[in-house]
Amino acid sequence: MFLTYLWRELRRRARQALFIALGLALGVGLVITVTAASSGVKNAQGTVLHSLYGIGTDITVSTPAAQGSGGPSRFLVGGGLPTAGSTFSKHLLLSASTGLGPLAATAVPGIRRLPHVSAAAGALVLTNLDVSGTMPSIKRNALRRPDTSINTSSFSVLGVDLAAARVGPVSSARLTAGRAFTSGDAKSNVALVDADYAAQHKLRPGSRVTIGSSDGTGTSFKVVGVLRAPAGATPADVYLPLGRAQALAAAAPGGGNLKHQVNTVYVAASSAAEIGAAGHEISALLPRATVTTSGDLASQVSGSLASTASLADDLGKWLAAAVLIAAFLLASLLTLAAVSRRVREFGTLKALGWPSRRIVGQVMGESVAIGLAGAAAGVALGFAGAALVTRLAPPLSATVDQGPGQTGAGLGARSRILHNLAQASTHTVSVHLSAPVTVSVLVLAVLLAVGGGLLAGAFGGWRAARLRPAAALAQVG
Amino acid sequence: MYRLTDVTKTYRNGHAVVQALRGVDAVIDDGGWLAIQGPTGHGKSTLLQLLGGLDRPTSGRLEFGGRDLAALHEGQLTGVRARAIGFIFQTFNLMPTLSAQENVETALVPLGVPGAARRQRAAAALDLVGLADRRRHLPAELSGGQQQRVAIARALVKEPAVLLADEPTGNLDEGTRDEIIGLLARLWRERGLTMVMVTHDSVVAQHAQCRAVLRDGLLSATQQV
Repeated sequence: MFLTYLWRELRRRARQALFIALGLALGVGLVITVTAASSGVKNAQGTVLHSLYGIGTDITVSTPAAQGSGGPSRFLVGGGLPTAGSTFSKHLLLSASTGLGPLAATAVPGIRRLPHVSAAAGALVLTNLDVSGTMPSIKRNALRRPDTSINTSSFSVLGVDLAAARVGPVSSARLTAGRAFTSGDAKSNVALVDADYAAQHKLRPGSRVTIGSSDGTGTSFKVVGVLRAPAGATPADVYLPLGRAQALAAAAPGGGNLKHQVNTVYVAASSAAEIGAAGHEISALLPRATVTTSGDLASQVSGSLASTASLADDLGKWLAAAVLIAAFLLASLLTLAAVSRRVREFGTLKALGWPSRRIVGQVMGESVAIGLAGAAAGVALGFAGAALVTRLAPPLSATVDQGPGQTGAGLGARSRILHNLAQASTHTVSVHLSAPVTVSVLVLAVLLAVGGGLLAGAFGGWRAARLRPAAALAQVG
Repeated sequence: MYRLTDVTKTYRNGHAVVQALRGVDAVIDDGGWLAIQGPTGHGKSTLLQLLGGLDRPTSGRLEFGGRDLAALHEGQLTGVRARAIGFIFQTFNLMPTLSAQENVETALVPLGVPGAARRQRAAAALDLVGLADRRRHLPAELSGGQQQRVAIARALVKEPAVLLADEPTGNLDEGTRDEIIGLLARLWRERGLTMVMVTHDSVVAQHAQCRAVLRDGLLSATQQV
């Protein structure tokens, strides 16, 4: 009888029921679409951040380079200037030009031991500079600039900690040829190369690449693997075992090597909720260091991705909430009106001995059925909306500050900004927005629609329960 | 069956206080048929609602089967209505979306009668009022007289002790009125019902065992037929 009565009543009020269901469907569909778009934006942000950080990295730690160490201001190689007219070929591995200052490698195990940290890996972000040519003779009081035949080229090098491979830029890269580093490579002259760099210089596993040193001599490294960085990333060109990079690199042109030093530490917090706490602990441990969380970096991302994220957060959610509230109100008011029109009917049922709870149940059952219909239609609308967003959304761009020639993978945002004071430049990542609809969102949407139905039914039921049978029948005439 | 002692009922209608019943004393015996007449607005329907447990007296004692209805809580009153009292209304009050049989079944729902038994009893009740062939019809597809027959079947399907009828022929033409009254009279006799009927129609009232007039909230001139 319950279902028969419910179905017949809904059929009698088909137009009104459809109206309420469509209102709920619109609200639910908007919630699904906006939530899906918002998830898509978050995923896109995640893609950008991962491309900058490496998957699994929550925090980077670095220190800015000391002032005046921005590049080779004088050409001191091998203890002095080459004599005029002599030819030379020098290979320098420099950290100063990256804009990052040194950190003691002992800081890494210290960070790893912090309560809210699950992993930490030190890295050395470097620039390899090859200089070759003939030294010009420079005459005093010469009005004309001397002819030079000096060639320079550079590529980026990243020394990576082989013992902590799950954090840092290498963790997000895909091996396309050869093999990855193993723990046995720590003291070997082996290298991984970025796929684009490898293609450009015709490198493959087994090829050799010359890496400079603090004294200008070159060391040949065997390429053992080729890495493909994730889309949007600015990877290093060459990856070396950290120990080898430390042994070869110079802190400044003509300076000593960087043994027992790193210039970036990649940190994974024990959970997403602990990133802030881990950041504070690192700041307390290393007061001079710049601690950059993924949130800090996200806030420095600009461009259409940031605008879309802001739009999804602000307008989209409020719009969905407003439509849902309007749908709930509409459903409640229409249900109340329907109950008012059925006073005589409910009075008769009470006269027949129907308890109030049964009548309330009938009213709520009708509302929940409308809510379920609204949920079904809303889910369909939501899927359609999400599909439209995925199909029609233009590519989004995320712009982050970045200096030229840098390995974006290796820089903390703050360091990058400091460095870019002198060499302002931006790096733009293009991301396609997709709007994934998750099961949890669907469940939420159905619960919202049924909740809306229950709310409307509760109002109507409350009105029906309060009816005095005598008064209800007296209205009959 | 009923014993009313100094029953009053006062309504508040906006700022005005309406004294619908001003101290009604009456005894209605088991198996009796009381017809209540009187001018409109003088308390007839109010008295019927008190007898049916749809409302409570403002003061006085209203005993039904030895129990004071005024002292019962809402759940108990609902139970009394579900089991012991059948109602017939002037406007039939059928559920417009339910068929004749389903309308009759609604009276068995609060008694928790299983579906199959419910359908069987409803069909039997419709057969009793001569509507066996109209079971699947909606109220809108039935004439006024047929609708009232469905209402009578609905009132009687639970085999109540009391049948309360508020102007049961008020919306019917004379021919149909006579049919319905004939049907009620037959059922009253066959089933040993206690019947209280409010009516303006003296022709209808003449069928009752006892006739009373309710005027200005006072029941008077009870007349044994």
